[in-house]
Amino acid sequence: MEKKQMSLVEMPPGQEGTVVAIDGGQGVVNRLWVMGIFPGRKITKLASLPAQGPVVIKVGNQELALGRGMAQKVIVEVTR
Amino acid sequence: MGKSVIFTQLSGVYAISSNYPGTTVDFSKSTVRKNNTWFELIDAPGTYALSAEAEAEKIAEKLIEEGDIVVNVVDATNLERNLYLTFELLEKKKPMILVLNMWDEAKKRGIEIDREALEEALGVPVIPVVATTGEGIKDLVRALDRAQVPKLVPQDHEKRWEEIGNLLKKVQRFSYREPQWVDFLYRATISPVGGLLIGIGVLIGSFFLIRLIGEGIINYVFDPLFDRFYLPLLEKLDQLLSFSPFLQSLLIGQRIEGVIDFEQSLGVLSTGIYIPIAVVLPYILAFYLILGFLEDIGYLPRLAVLLDGFFHKVGLHGYAIVPTLLGLGCNVPGILGTRVLESEVERFIVATLISVAIPCAAQQALIVGVLGDFGIGPVVLVYSVLFLVWVVTALFLKFVVPGYRPALIIEIPPYRLPYPRAVASKLWMRVREFLKDALPIVLLGVLGINLLYTTNVFSHLAETFSPFLSRWLGLPGEAIFVLFLGFLRKDLAMGLLIPLGLSPKQLIISSVVLAMFFPCVATFVIILRELGWKRLLQSTVIMVSLSLLVGGLLNVVL
Repeated sequence: MEKKQMSLVEMPPGQEGTVVAIDGGQGVVNRLWVMGIFPGRKITKLASLPAQGPVVIKVGNQELALGRGMAQKVIVEVTR
Repeated sequence: MGKSVIFTQLSGVYAISSNYPGTTVDFSKSTVRKNNTWFELIDAPGTYALSAEAEAEKIAEKLIEEGDIVVNVVDATNLERNLYLTFELLEKKKPMILVLNMWDEAKKRGIEIDREALEEALGVPVIPVVATTGEGIKDLVRALDRAQVPKLVPQDHEKRWEEIGNLLKKVQRFSYREPQWVDFLYRATISPVGGLLIGIGVLIGSFFLIRLIGEGIINYVFDPLFDRFYLPLLEKLDQLLSFSPFLQSLLIGQRIEGVIDFEQSLGVLSTGIYIPIAVVLPYILAFYLILGFLEDIGYLPRLAVLLDGFFHKVGLHGYAIVPTLLGLGCNVPGILGTRVLESEVERFIVATLISVAIPCAAQQALIVGVLGDFGIGPVVLVYSVLFLVWVVTALFLKFVVPGYRPALIIEIPPYRLPYPRAVASKLWMRVREFLKDALPIVLLGVLGINLLYTTNVFSHLAETFSPFLSRWLGLPGEAIFVLFLGFLRKDLAMGLLIPLGLSPKQLIISSVVLAMFFPCVATFVIILRELGWKRLLQSTVIMVSLSLLVGGLLNVVL
């Protein structure tokens, strides 16, 4: 089992990972926090839209779209 | 989601609601009686958390501070995310009731929530409801005076999610359920390539469907009604008024080749009634019917997700599509809708783009009606020019206006089949708004034009502006009234182009200039109220100079 860290943008669709860090300022951290994205949370990536579009993820029972810039700041750890 | 539906159910006062967060951007007030106590009810905009950025969310926060009892409506299918706000509210130590909405949907999806355990843990009444059908609303009314100051007060802000997790372990259980057709549809509409194709298809399809429905209502309902019943009535009235040529020309207008012409006679009761009712109303109906369906199915947030990449290139984010689509109905709700955007700069940009390049449904009805006589080409040309203007203006503002542009982060609600009754009442609400606002202004406008015609003000104005208009825009001097009237109502102004007998090229130019030139008075006032006079001034400078520029260009190119 190999563990690897990457941003939500790099994570392949369909993969599950655990958030390890939010690589951004307090504003970004707060906005993500409120939506339930913070270190320790399990996230499944569902899709990544073309033309620098958003990343669609599943957190808990909820589906969210994060703008590309925002998704870049969410660092996840993937086991494979 | 669902606060407005519950508000409507409780008070009988209709508040517009949809299947996506951010429909309510202002608050509505009403009252509900329980035994002999009256409760004042306030419907607040939704928010994910206290201390949020967007204008609508700030309004919600202020209302919570002011209220005596907080009714926290949460989506039972998504308890975890919603409990974050609930926990923040618990800390306020105000009497509270927790409403679990979409209780039926939660059951359908195999989510079991132990209501009693939740009530026990939080120390506030927990009421399951199905807002759209009214199930559980009576229980909610009964619970109003049982509102409790919460027993559970979260101790540590940092541990909030941990506490929510622990609580959910006790009160929520999932069971397996078969995948359904909506799940497939769900994946398809946000899949990278298929989703975009579906999105484009939905937008183009909607446009043609609106046209089809609008034309249908005009050709099969309103035109026959006007010709068969209203025209004879006007003829009789005309005879009765023969003692006063002044009243005749005011109310009935000029006869065109001996007959009353609804489009050209320009009487208060002929053209003044015909344009808003028989030309514009059918398109308003068609537009809001389709929009209502898209809203209630839950498609708009998906569209926002799909278009986010494109919107980013012009300096906006995907959610800007929601106020923009509302603006296609009427610019006023469109600009109010910018309250869901998080930064002032972004609100200003989207509001300006709406007033420059987004013609309202009433104006579009006449663009299609007047230009459609020359085939689909000129109509497509007008829309393409406006789209181009939208893109170029957005790019221009992206570089010129500095400021914070937050990234997109939105919740994607599940698809739901719309309830016909909900779609119908929303449609009725919006149509009523149009009739209430538009009809008096159009009638007054036609009355004003008729009175001014009898004076010489118009011909003087026309002479003064004639050289400029003909050289720069290739329009006759009389077109200046049309531009002025555009300030009152764009549909009325477009309607006044008909008697001028313009060429297709002139019609294209005047449609575009009229769409861009200046917002109608209602939009003007709303920009002033929402963004202040400085922003209004900036917006106006952009609109006026761009419209003259684009109009002049079209005059050279076409």
